[in-house]
Amino acid sequence: MENVVEVQNLTKIYDSLVAVDHINFNVEKGEIFGFLGPNGAGKTTTTRMLTGIIRPNEGNAKILGYDIQKEPLKAKQNIGVVPETSNAYVDLSAWQNMMLMAELYGIPKKEAVKRAEKFLERLGLYERQNSKVKGFSKGMKQRLILCMALINDPILIFLDEPTSGLDVQSSRVIRDILLEFPKEGKTIFLTTHNMDEANHLCDRVAIINHGKIAAIDRPATLKNMIKRLNSVEISFDSIIKTETLSEIPYIRNITKEGDKFIISTEDVDNLIHSLADFAESRKLKIINLNTMAPSLEEVFIKLTRET
Amino acid sequence: MYTQFLDQLKRSLGVTKKDIRIYYFKGPVISFGLLMPLFLFLAFLIGSRNLSTDFLISGLIGMTLFFTATAVSPIIAPWEAQLQTLERLISAPISVATLIFGDMLASLIFGIGISLVPLIIGLFIGINVIYPIILISGIILAGVCFSSLGLLLSTPPTNAPSNIMMISSLVRFPVVFISGIFIPLGNMSFWGKIVASLSPLTYFADLTRYCIGGTSYYSILFDFMALITFTVLFFVLAVKLHQRTIYKRL
Ligand SMILES: Nc1ncnc2c1ncn2[C@@H]1O[C@H](COP(=O)(O)OP(=O)(O)O)[C@@H](O)[C@H]1O
Ligand SMILES: [Mg+2]
Repeated sequence: MENVVEVQNLTKIYDSLVAVDHINFNVEKGEIFGFLGPNGAGKTTTTRMLTGIIRPNEGNAKILGYDIQKEPLKAKQNIGVVPETSNAYVDLSAWQNMMLMAELYGIPKKEAVKRAEKFLERLGLYERQNSKVKGFSKGMKQRLILCMALINDPILIFLDEPTSGLDVQSSRVIRDILLEFPKEGKTIFLTTHNMDEANHLCDRVAIINHGKIAAIDRPATLKNMIKRLNSVEISFDSIIKTETLSEIPYIRNITKEGDKFIISTEDVDNLIHSLADFAESRKLKIINLNTMAPSLEEVFIKLTRET
Repeated sequence: MYTQFLDQLKRSLGVTKKDIRIYYFKGPVISFGLLMPLFLFLAFLIGSRNLSTDFLISGLIGMTLFFTATAVSPIIAPWEAQLQTLERLISAPISVATLIFGDMLASLIFGIGISLVPLIIGLFIGINVIYPIILISGIILAGVCFSSLGLLLSTPPTNAPSNIMMISSLVRFPVVFISGIFIPLGNMSFWGKIVASLSPLTYFADLTRYCIGGTSYYSILFDFMALITFTVLFFVLAVKLHQRTIYKRL
C-alpha cells in the first residue's frame, strides 16, 4: 500500500510543554484515518505540523512524498485543509471566497468556476453563493470552508474536528461527503474527539493523549484489544444453575440477570464454542446469544488512562 | 525556478484582490489613512502663510502618500489573525514573501490612488509639474517603500489591530515631522538634517519638490538611491520577521 503521509518522531514543544511527543505513523492512500483524542491531546498541533502551518521541534513528515518542511509549496499544492479554528472571509461572498482559494492554488479560472459550482451545489450553498458570508450560520460557514478546501481537487484532505459544534444537518452533509472521497481515491486525515464519528467514518484510528499515540488500528480491532471488557449474554430454554455453567472453560465471571447470564471472558470465540458444546451436551436450546463488545469509548477511556 | 517565481507572483495578485475588497473599507484605514493627513495639512496650512504653493502641494503629496501607503498594510496581519482567516490563508501553497508582496501591492495601490487627489488639486490651482516621469516613478517607488514599512510595523505578533495602529502611529507621526515636509531641508539645523536623513519620506519630499518647484536639497539620483535602499531593507526585513512571527498569531 502506498503511504500518502509518513510521520517520523514528530515532536512539538511549547515552552516546557511537550504538546506532541515523538509520534510515528503512516496514512495509506484511500483510507479515512482518524486521529482521536480528548481536548488538549495534541491533535491540532499535529495537524498544523502536517499541513506546514507550524514547524516541529524534532522529526519530520512526508506529505504526498514531499518533506513538508523542505518543500512546503509542493506538498501543499495537492492537499486540502479544514483547520480547527478557521473562517471564510465574512466581508466576501461565498463565491468570492472560492475564487480567492482558486487563485491561491493557481487553478485556471474556467476549471475553478466548474469546481466551485459543483461543490457549492453539493454542500447546499449554491443558492447563497453571492451572499456575504457574514450572514451565514455556523454550519453554512463550515460547509463553505470544506468547499474551499476542495477547490484544488486535493488527493489528501486534512480536517480538524470538522463537525464539532455543528447542527445535525450540516454534520450529516459533511460526513456523507467524506465517505464518498475514498471511492475517488482521496485520502482523509480526520481529527475528532467524537468516538461515534471515528467509529463510523474511519478505516483506522490513532488514539492520542498527552501528545503520545496510545494505539493505532481498525476501530473493530481496537475494541478487541480490551478483551477483559468483552462479555457474552446468553439464555437457554430451561433453567440452569449458575454453578453448572461455571464449570465450562474460558469463563472469567458470571452474573445472572433474570433469565440471562452475563459472562465475561478474555476469549470470546472459544467461550462461544464451549457454550455451544455445553448446550448440545445437555440438550439445551440457546434462545439468545449476544456478544457485547466494548464501545470505542470504553477502549478510548482505558487507553488514554494508561498513557 | 523562474516559472515558480511567476506562479507565486500571480498568486500574490489573489492576495492583493482580497485585501482591496476587504481592508480598504475598514475604520482604521479611513481614519488613519485619509482623515489624519487632511487634518495635519489643514493645521499646517493655517500655521504657515509665507510658504509657496509649490512647497505646500509637494509637502501634501509626500504626507498623503506616506499616511495612505502605511494605512492598509499594518492592519492586515492582526486583522486576519483575529478573525481567524490567517490559518486558512497560510495553508495555501504560497510563501510568506508572496503573501507580503500581495499585501504590499494592495497598500501601494491605495497609497497611489489617494495621493493623486492632492496632485490633481495642485494642478488645478496652478502648480506646474516640470518632470512628470520622475514624479510618477518617485511616487511608485516611495509607495512601495512606505507600504513595506507598514508591513514591517505589523510584525509584532499581536492580534489586536488597535495595538498595531498604536505602534504605527508612534512611528508615523515623528517620521512626518522630521522629514522636511513642513520646513525646507535647507532651513534645518545640522542635527535636524541628520535626523531627517534617516527618514525615507525626506527623500521623497525632496524629489517631489524637484519635480514641482525645480529645486531640491539632495541630487535626484541620491534621492532615488536612498529610497531604493530603504525599500529593499524594509521589504526584506518585513518578510524575514513575518516568517518568524506569523505562526505565533495562531
Ligand atoms: N500556541 C501554543 N502555545 C502554547 N501551548 C499550546 C499552543 N497550542 C497548543 N498548545 C498546548 O498544546 C497542547 C495540545 O494542544 P492541541 O494540539 O490544540 O490539542 P487538541 O487539538 O487535541 O485539543 C495543549 O496542552 C495546548 O494547551
Ligand atoms: Mg484541537
